Amino acid sequence: MNKPHTYPLSMRVVHWLMAALVLSLLFAGLTMVKSLGPWQQQLLAWHKVMGVIALLAIVIRLIIRLRSETPKLPDTVPKMQQLAAKLTQFGFYVLLFVMPLSGYLMQNAAGRPLSLFGLPLPTLLNTDLALYGLFREMHGWAALLLVLLIVVHILAALYHGLIQRDGVFRSMVRK
Amino acid sequence: MAAAVYAVHFSGRAPVSAQDFVNLQQGSQIQAGFRRAHANGFCISGEFQASGELAAYSSAKALQHGSYPFIGRISIAGSNPTAPDLRAPVRSLALTILPDTVHQWRTAMNTPPVMAVATPEKFFQQLLAIQTNTVPQFFADHPETAHFLEWRSHYQPTQSYATERYHSINAFYLVDQQGKQQAVRWAAVPLTDDAGVIADEEAPDALQQEFFRRLQQGPVRFDVQFTLATANDNPADATIPWPETNPQLSAGTIVIEQASVQEGGACNALNFDPLVLPVGFAPSADPILRARAAAYAESHRRRAREVLMQQVAGGADE
Ligand code: HEM
Ligand code: HEM
Repeated sequence: MNKPHTYPLSMRVVHWLMAALVLSLLFAGLTMVKSLGPWQQQLLAWHKVMGVIALLAIVIRLIIRLRSETPKLPDTVPKMQQLAAKLTQFGFYVLLFVMPLSGYLMQNAAGRPLSLFGLPLPTLLNTDLALYGLFREMHGWAALLLVLLIVVHILAALYHGLIQRDGVFRSMVRK
Repeated sequence: MAAAVYAVHFSGRAPVSAQDFVNLQQGSQIQAGFRRAHANGFCISGEFQASGELAAYSSAKALQHGSYPFIGRISIAGSNPTAPDLRAPVRSLALTILPDTVHQWRTAMNTPPVMAVATPEKFFQQLLAIQTNTVPQFFADHPETAHFLEWRSHYQPTQSYATERYHSINAFYLVDQQGKQQAVRWAAVPLTDDAGVIADEEAPDALQQEFFRRLQQGPVRFDVQFTLATANDNPADATIPWPETNPQLSAGTIVIEQASVQEGGACNALNFDPLVLPVGFAPSADPILRARAAAYAESHRRRAREVLMQQVAGGADE
């Protein structure tokens, strides 16, 4: 089979847009839950809107991914690393679903209305304290796992781009 | 002990976080599953019968003429869920009008009409002063506490939750269809002259018992009175009362029909975050409001986690 060397343009664009979106959501989330500042509410409102958009984006991304031919890692990459790469990718998809879904559901369980640009969003859960606890903790812990995974991911990308120079880094950057 | 550590820690200029606030409020004895402030309370529900008098100022559904359900909570200040309610310095009424809809309006009101201080940082220092028994010094150092102290000097707690006045304290804006804003404060004003009878002065829940008994005779009503700010009033400063000559309008009547204990009650899953506001309301620039939203969220997170763990442990026992 003739695998491409790079990811299709659509996936590269979505990858970098989502990286920017998710990083800012993480930073916003981690600072706003501590701050008493007047901008805290503004950031929270923004966080919820962009968080819901991230949920839509991850669905689109998965669809593109399932329909595209993606590059294989070069054979020079050891088997263990190939497996680690697969696991991180899988981990990313899981966490990128868990983050916005838990955010959405915890708002439902807290009895707080959600809307996107004035359009009310459906409530999928009854107001419930223990369920709020479940999804609030999920949102907090999955965020930490995601940060960890991002660090691993960046280190691995830099390793390929700067040390190995095997084309893996390029596959998500340009043709 | 915790207070002493905090006193040292915050003598510097480190910004106070939501977690710091809740750590301080919960004290050293954590009451798992309970609110970190206003822990002792019970759930109420009923109807808000809106007069429509404020419809010209706000497009909020809850202020248009009509009848709307609410879930609420009556409580006393403090982190101990079994503290004797008769001895609490502050009593509270919290409401979520039109729950489960985008129109919901949440409000948490207290008996004092004003705050002692105007910023979260100073309120934090005030709480520290309470825990370190240095309140007189704190008041002396903060002249803005004068109006609060004036109120406190002639406040007489009543024999019933049904006969207290509860104040929004912080100001908000009403917003009309055209986007025009009017700064307001509101208060729930009792509509009964039945003073009530305390059956057992020693009972830690004496006021709660009185209220539950009273409800058996019929609903308890409050008038929701809005005071409009004039150009002389600063909506961002909750330490200063507004003149009694300001325009007053009645938004309608709170009719409390049912009450139940908070454990497992509908009010327990909610946090009465004053910034959950429908279209037609907007927060003022009062920094206390933002701090409240963040601290209520942190307290909500902690007690929700504890209730979840209790349920998981309970499930495993069976
Ligand atoms: C990829 C999407 C998302 C990311 C990466 C993200 C990230 C975060 C992070 C890191 C926090 C701080 C958590 C903590 O310190 O425990 C947070 C808090 C929060 N997130 Fe998200 N989030 C996302 C989506 C959403 C969505 C869709 C909603 C709701 C519609 C939402 C609502 C919230 C709320 C309300 C908080 C504050 C909770 C509190 O004050 O207790 N998030 N988020
Ligand atoms: C910076 C100032 C304040 C802080 C940090 C603070 C903090 C808190 C916290 C942590 C809770 C528990 C929330 C929960 O777990 O659901 C709470 C509850 C409450 N607060 Fe405050 N508060 C502040 C100011 C005020 C003011 C000015 C009022 C009155 C106008 C007020 C009225 C209430 C009431 C009535 C409740 C109980 C709500 C209920 O029944 O669930 N608070 N507060």
